[in-house]
Amino acid sequence: MKALVAVKRVVDYNVKVRVKSDGTGVDTANVKMSMNPFDEIAVEEAVRLKEKGVVTEIIAVSAGPAQAQETLRTAMAIGADRGILIETTEELQPLAVAKLLKALVDKEQPQIIILGKQAIDDDANQTGQMLAALADLPQATFANKVEIEGDKAKVTREVDGGLETLSVSLPAVITTDLRLNEPRYVTLPNIMKAKKKQLDTVKPEDLGVDVKPRLKTLKVSEPPKRGAGIKVPDVATLVDKLKNEAKVI
Amino acid sequence: MTALVIAEHDNASIKGATLNAVTAAKAIGGDVHVLVAGHNAGAAAQAAAQIAGVSKVLHADSDAYAHGLAENVAALVESLAGNYSHILFPATASGKNIAPRVAAKLDVAQISDITKVDSPDTFERPIYAGNAIATVQSSDGVKVITVRTTGFDAAAATGGSAAVETVQGPAASGKSTFVGAEIAKNDRPELTAAKVVVSGGRALGSAEKFQEVMTPLADKLGAAIGASRAAVDAGYAPNDLQVGQTGKIVAPQLYIAAGISGAIQHLAGMKDSKVIVAINKDPEAPIFSVADYGLEADLFTAVPELVKAL
Repeated sequence: MKALVAVKRVVDYNVKVRVKSDGTGVDTANVKMSMNPFDEIAVEEAVRLKEKGVVTEIIAVSAGPAQAQETLRTAMAIGADRGILIETTEELQPLAVAKLLKALVDKEQPQIIILGKQAIDDDANQTGQMLAALADLPQATFANKVEIEGDKAKVTREVDGGLETLSVSLPAVITTDLRLNEPRYVTLPNIMKAKKKQLDTVKPEDLGVDVKPRLKTLKVSEPPKRGAGIKVPDVATLVDKLKNEAKVI
Repeated sequence: MTALVIAEHDNASIKGATLNAVTAAKAIGGDVHVLVAGHNAGAAAQAAAQIAGVSKVLHADSDAYAHGLAENVAALVESLAGNYSHILFPATASGKNIAPRVAAKLDVAQISDITKVDSPDTFERPIYAGNAIATVQSSDGVKVITVRTTGFDAAAATGGSAAVETVQGPAASGKSTFVGAEIAKNDRPELTAAKVVVSGGRALGSAEKFQEVMTPLADKLGAAIGASRAAVDAGYAPNDLQVGQTGKIVAPQLYIAAGISGAIQHLAGMKDSKVIVAINKDPEAPIFSVADYGLEADLFTAVPELVKAL
């Protein structure tokens, strides 16, 4: 079966982002960008399914500016067979991305579609669910374990309080949680090989999708700063401060 | 203008996060209705009717809704959406699972994890692991929202007397079925609602030490236990205790971080706590930059000493 994996280019998770002084957004110029960590887990899972003989072809998809090609090359270095870039300089919100992916799902007919549970920039946690809704497919979000059994996927999900297991009929949309797997490191030979893999570029117009943002960002501001704390020399002082100064115990 | 809050419940009672979502719905300004979807959840519907400020409870009872499957519950909410200007879910695993599905079916954007209502169409929400706050305006006819529970006080669980109305929804999609669940048994306060949270990190070294050191402190303070991602990944604590950007978001009165360095992703889950205490051997640990009280010490001696002193 064919697998489709969606990957996003985001500010690297180790970067401490800075809010622009004019309040229009976060400064992303000259900042290190990487593949969204949850998407690496998604690609890794697809590759593992291929290694098990369940999946025959993995298509990595990204939507965004031309630089998102690098993210697709990374996905191909991990093991995706080919890439599709939906190129646009417009701001893309989850609903628009879900519609773009829906168009590709219609075209490519994958049996399994894997996304990260959330992107670490907008922290929305929406795209996978929205894609499932638009394509009228079942969803298994926050996956911790995926087993393909014939025309069904048995997925264990991380929920509040523990784990739950669902069985969904394929095709289905799965979103990855942190502990689904440990993504492999890409090796130099695989990076070289990835450069030769097929990468197609399409535009949102080619897919007939209107990507106009639905939410208008009026302003982006710094979160309130915490007052400077103090260091205490010993446990007795700590207990005293908590009891008499902070009055929390 | 009427808001519909989708209740999270265990069939018998309403979960705390719903009460925070009701407060957010009230802040929008119109009537507040609550939907209780489940199987044999009559008691939960009665409990929802008691919530202060709720004017109507819709109760949908069907085995299709027994386990909160997104396909079925989203279809139900979609069928009711025509009567509402706002549809709010608590930003829990369940709410996050269903809300975007509803939004996409209605062809509207969803607004995730709001921490403040500025006006009926303008909301604040944290982005980039809480390192920036975005103020966003929606022009959609129906606003589908998830509510960060730590951003709003809980509505009073009693004092209301709403009418309970039975509603019918679409049948089960048949595309997904519930197989089973392993819910950890826990006598402690719920992590996201606890007044005091004690969290342990990688420095604890093993699952046994985690239990041995953190449990007496939690018992003494009546606290919930949390963990950093490092501690969870190493198997010292179960997943559902993870506090951070991708785990639980907490804002207790007192948060004690023991042996946690304080990565950006962890801070995202706890930096709105009223008082933060850090116990760490490393004077350079970033956790000290957000701690109100920092104790530079070996947690294996400091935590037991703290238990004794309390």
